[in-house]
Amino acid sequence: MNEAFLVAVLALPALGAAGAALCPDRAGRWCGTVFAALAFVASLLLGTAHPAGWFSYAPSGQGAPPIVPWTSVDVSWVPALDLRLHFGVDGVSYPLVVLTTLLTLLCCLYTLWHVPAGGRGNTLVALLLVVEIGMLGTFLALDLVLFFVFFEVVLLPMYAIIAGWGGDQRRHAARKFALYTLFGSVLLLVGVFTVVAAAGTADLVTLTSGAVTLTRTTQLAAFTLLAIAFAVKSPLWPLHTWLPDAHTQAPTVGSVLLAGVLLKMGTYGLIRVAVGVAPEGARWASPLLGTLAVAAILVGCLVCLAQTELKRLIAYSSVGHMGFVLLGVATLTATGIQAALIGNVAHGIITGLLFFLAGAVKDRFHTGDLAVLGGLRERSPWLSGLLAFAAIASLGLPGLAGFWGEAFAVVAAFERGGAGWVTLGVLAAIGGALTAAYFMRLLGKVTHGAASPAVEAPPLPAIRISGPELVAWSPLVVLALLVGLVPALVLGLSEAPVQSLIEAVTR
Amino acid sequence: MSVDVLGPLLPVVPLVAALSGFVLPLRSRTAAAALGIAGAAGALVVAILLAAKVEEPFETVVDWVRIGDLTVTGGVRIDSAATYVAVAVGVVALAVQVYSTTYLHDDDRYPPYAAQVSLFTAAMLLVVVAGDLILLLVGWEVMGICSYLLIGHDRRLSEAPRAAVKAFLVTRVGDVGFLLGIVLLGVNAGSFWITQVLASLPGLPAATVTAAALLLLAGVAGKSAQFPLHTWLPDAMAGPTPISALIHAATMVAAGIYVVTRLYPVFVLGDPALPVLGVMAVITVLIGAFAATAQDDIKRVLAWSTVSQIGYMAAALAVGAPAVALFHLLTHAAFKALLFLGAGSVIHAVGSNSMSAMGGLRKRMPGTFWSMTIGLGALIGLPPLAGFWSKDAVLHAASSAGAGWLPGLVYGVGLAGVLVTAWYAGRLWLRTFFGAPRSPAAETAHEPPWPMALPVLVLAVPSALLGLLAFVDGFGARLNPFDLAEVDLAHVGAETAAPLSALVVGLVLVWALWRRDTAGDPARFLGPARSTFDNAFWLDTVQDRLVVRPVVALARGAAVADQRVVDGAVEGTGQSTTDAGNILAAWHRAGLPRAATALLAGVLLLGLAAALYGSAT
Repeated sequence: MNEAFLVAVLALPALGAAGAALCPDRAGRWCGTVFAALAFVASLLLGTAHPAGWFSYAPSGQGAPPIVPWTSVDVSWVPALDLRLHFGVDGVSYPLVVLTTLLTLLCCLYTLWHVPAGGRGNTLVALLLVVEIGMLGTFLALDLVLFFVFFEVVLLPMYAIIAGWGGDQRRHAARKFALYTLFGSVLLLVGVFTVVAAAGTADLVTLTSGAVTLTRTTQLAAFTLLAIAFAVKSPLWPLHTWLPDAHTQAPTVGSVLLAGVLLKMGTYGLIRVAVGVAPEGARWASPLLGTLAVAAILVGCLVCLAQTELKRLIAYSSVGHMGFVLLGVATLTATGIQAALIGNVAHGIITGLLFFLAGAVKDRFHTGDLAVLGGLRERSPWLSGLLAFAAIASLGLPGLAGFWGEAFAVVAAFERGGAGWVTLGVLAAIGGALTAAYFMRLLGKVTHGAASPAVEAPPLPAIRISGPELVAWSPLVVLALLVGLVPALVLGLSEAPVQSLIEAVTR
Repeated sequence: MSVDVLGPLLPVVPLVAALSGFVLPLRSRTAAAALGIAGAAGALVVAILLAAKVEEPFETVVDWVRIGDLTVTGGVRIDSAATYVAVAVGVVALAVQVYSTTYLHDDDRYPPYAAQVSLFTAAMLLVVVAGDLILLLVGWEVMGICSYLLIGHDRRLSEAPRAAVKAFLVTRVGDVGFLLGIVLLGVNAGSFWITQVLASLPGLPAATVTAAALLLLAGVAGKSAQFPLHTWLPDAMAGPTPISALIHAATMVAAGIYVVTRLYPVFVLGDPALPVLGVMAVITVLIGAFAATAQDDIKRVLAWSTVSQIGYMAAALAVGAPAVALFHLLTHAAFKALLFLGAGSVIHAVGSNSMSAMGGLRKRMPGTFWSMTIGLGALIGLPPLAGFWSKDAVLHAASSAGAGWLPGLVYGVGLAGVLVTAWYAGRLWLRTFFGAPRSPAAETAHEPPWPMALPVLVLAVPSALLGLLAFVDGFGARLNPFDLAEVDLAHVGAETAAPLSALVVGLVLVWALWRRDTAGDPARFLGPARSTFDNAFWLDTVQDRLVVRPVVALARGAAVADQRVVDGAVEGTGQSTTDAGNILAAWHRAGLPRAATALLAGVLLLGLAAALYGSAT
């Protein structure tokens, strides 16, 4: 039964994409949305496969391998090349799977109501669903080659979404996005085949279990290649510059998926593949990774302080937030990796919401220029209130989702100990204060003061929050609060695999 | 109900009121007011029940979050001191909720306002009862964000958003230290549970405890407006007056002092944390008191007096008397809430914050006048009002604290502070209530409606009588959270003459100056110092030059560098690839003769290479 849910999670979006592409515009959008909803339900049902049940911190089995899938499907694909279709889900991937199906569903719902200019709505929905397949496949793949394939599946439909439905400079941004991440993919490919050639297997369960030992040189080479590839996707400073352009130019739903899930493929890959397969390489590179992560936090925050465009600011804030996630990973402690995992999910929820709201502001007032916006709370108190909530959540207010990942990345750096790591922790904490500064600046410019002419212009009925928008946003608002109050929703699931992973890394 | 249930209920009651208030439609004023009042009243009832029931400290512990090797517990840790502070929070919150219904009668965004006040109350109560450092941090930071929202509430004031941002960011800078201090303690103790952290302190390296204590002090300085992070508090006056009462009396600024008493062993062991706190405190007492002498805005006088009074509490902590600090915190909560709400009534009547537009209100607003007189009397330490006992206890704690430079410094500055406090409080009293009315509105002023008048009158009772608690048997011991040497709270002796004479000198001085011209401002006799005091020693400017501008410049630089250098390299690579492609393409677009020549040349070159390679092998 659980295998059926696993297959359904991947198959339903594929069916939906086909249906959406074949039907006429409106029917196609509905068809796609229904399948996205079914995929979301299937992903929830997949949770029943969890052996110990929800909310429980499963006892970590001493000596258990890092990947023990709750359920898996393993079929031969290309026997001649020993390629297998091996999918499975565990506590590390499951929260991301649910996040993916949820955000895709919300994006499809949003598209039912509002199609950005540039093309037909059903095509957009179909592309969203193809992106979803790629993301889900990446999170579920237990075979390294399969992982690579799905990692690449995401690229072209996302290119098409940006180039087709994006803003004024969409072609340039889309091209930059595709080429830059392709550069990462080449390294990923080389890294994958370095590992596969040296180990003689592409099976992730075997590779991470320690049954196959790679030589130190291979591990260093493999980790370097894989880490750079994932760093481009995450993105890690200084490999981040595709992101602001892509996020700013992408249509709202594209930005939501980009920030909400796509970036997580990088950090997930780093934890699952790079650290899992080449632990010695990870130990070797961790100080550098940590330093770059903290540089990302500080640079991201400082650039945000000087940004003048709403979506670009939120895009750059992702650089800072993902810096915290990468810092957590770099510490190679159980606390750090747990912080990274919950930071991933929290960033997906909160930044998804922020991009929805930024899109709503831009749709209503036709500008994202912070100098032109102003006084939003005079015209639209609820939209302004939601924006304030999202900004507050994003700046890591304790009690909301964003807090755990950021504060405990700092804790992990202190736990790792030594002057270097403590310094990194202190700098990251200062980054937290800078995060507050730029979000306060954002709120000040957008919501406070007298309503600016641009905000004053549209008639009141045109700026009310519509029902579909509320449907798309409210789950994210609730989740930002819920994950903040009950972080066990994420942490409970991933505790056992993270413990095993850390045992494997420190072995 | 047992204390195990009541304890967690304390923050939950106002939290529920807050969360339900946030989803109310903007029109439903009555429901919002009822919800807010119910939340505060509920919290007050729970706090009173707890205060009555709690004899011995107790705590509840449950695992909340397990993250890696660390566990964050959720639970309460309640002793008598916590229940007394909780009662103070409940009283002030209730007064503020009732008062606000009338003070903000024409506000079209009342539901979020009332909900934010409830959330503020819940956050403070969470800080009061939290048994875990992370849980405490939750309340601590939520309070910060509530202060931001509430200070920025008034949409007609152009300076409100700026003041709100300043309040949040200045405290947030301190909170970087606070977070790091908590992290340092938690990581080294292996737990964030306060009981366990305190138990493991003796085993930790001295340098670690010192670092943690100093880092925590940064957060305390931010929240409790101690030098050099005090600059946000006077600007926070842009918030509605009831919010000022809430922030200044029982929440926000009290939180820092309270947390130090809560974690007192950390500061005792983390030498030199207490001397550092002491130095910060005496500087703060003086800055606050002198800055209050020259303000024209009645609320800003009170704001600076808060800065100064919190300095007294910090000074008491520094000389080893947390019980005295809590005592002054409680009396201050009563009389400062009274003073702000009373000032709100005056502002409501006169339509201006400026004392230049007041005068002669004694006859037209007798209830407010007498209440404010009690409040000001308590502030300057006039016997037998509440503030006399608590401030005298602070001075007594300093004079009996033994050797060293610190107690002497605290005592001397404390005494000077009494004089200046009497001067500026007297000036406020005379300028507001005596002389001739100086504006048409002041001539026709009248008492406010009962929802505003009642809280002020009710608060006059504790402002007058709370000090007598010092005579209740065992009260001092109950305020003593740890087994420290007991300090005499009700100390009256020969040395009481010193602060009393300072008080009399201050009052006589201001009265004599005021009498020369009852319409003029006694502050004009400050001469050249007046503008320095009025601008609070120009510390805002210093902060702007030293912190704000460099950060903004750095941000601009980072943005440009990111655009030009990091992204420039990427775009440049793309551009040069395209250019190289174009050049190659241009070569390939050659005409037939050149193409044939190139082909022949290529064949020749390859043939030559093959021949050479062949002959070499």
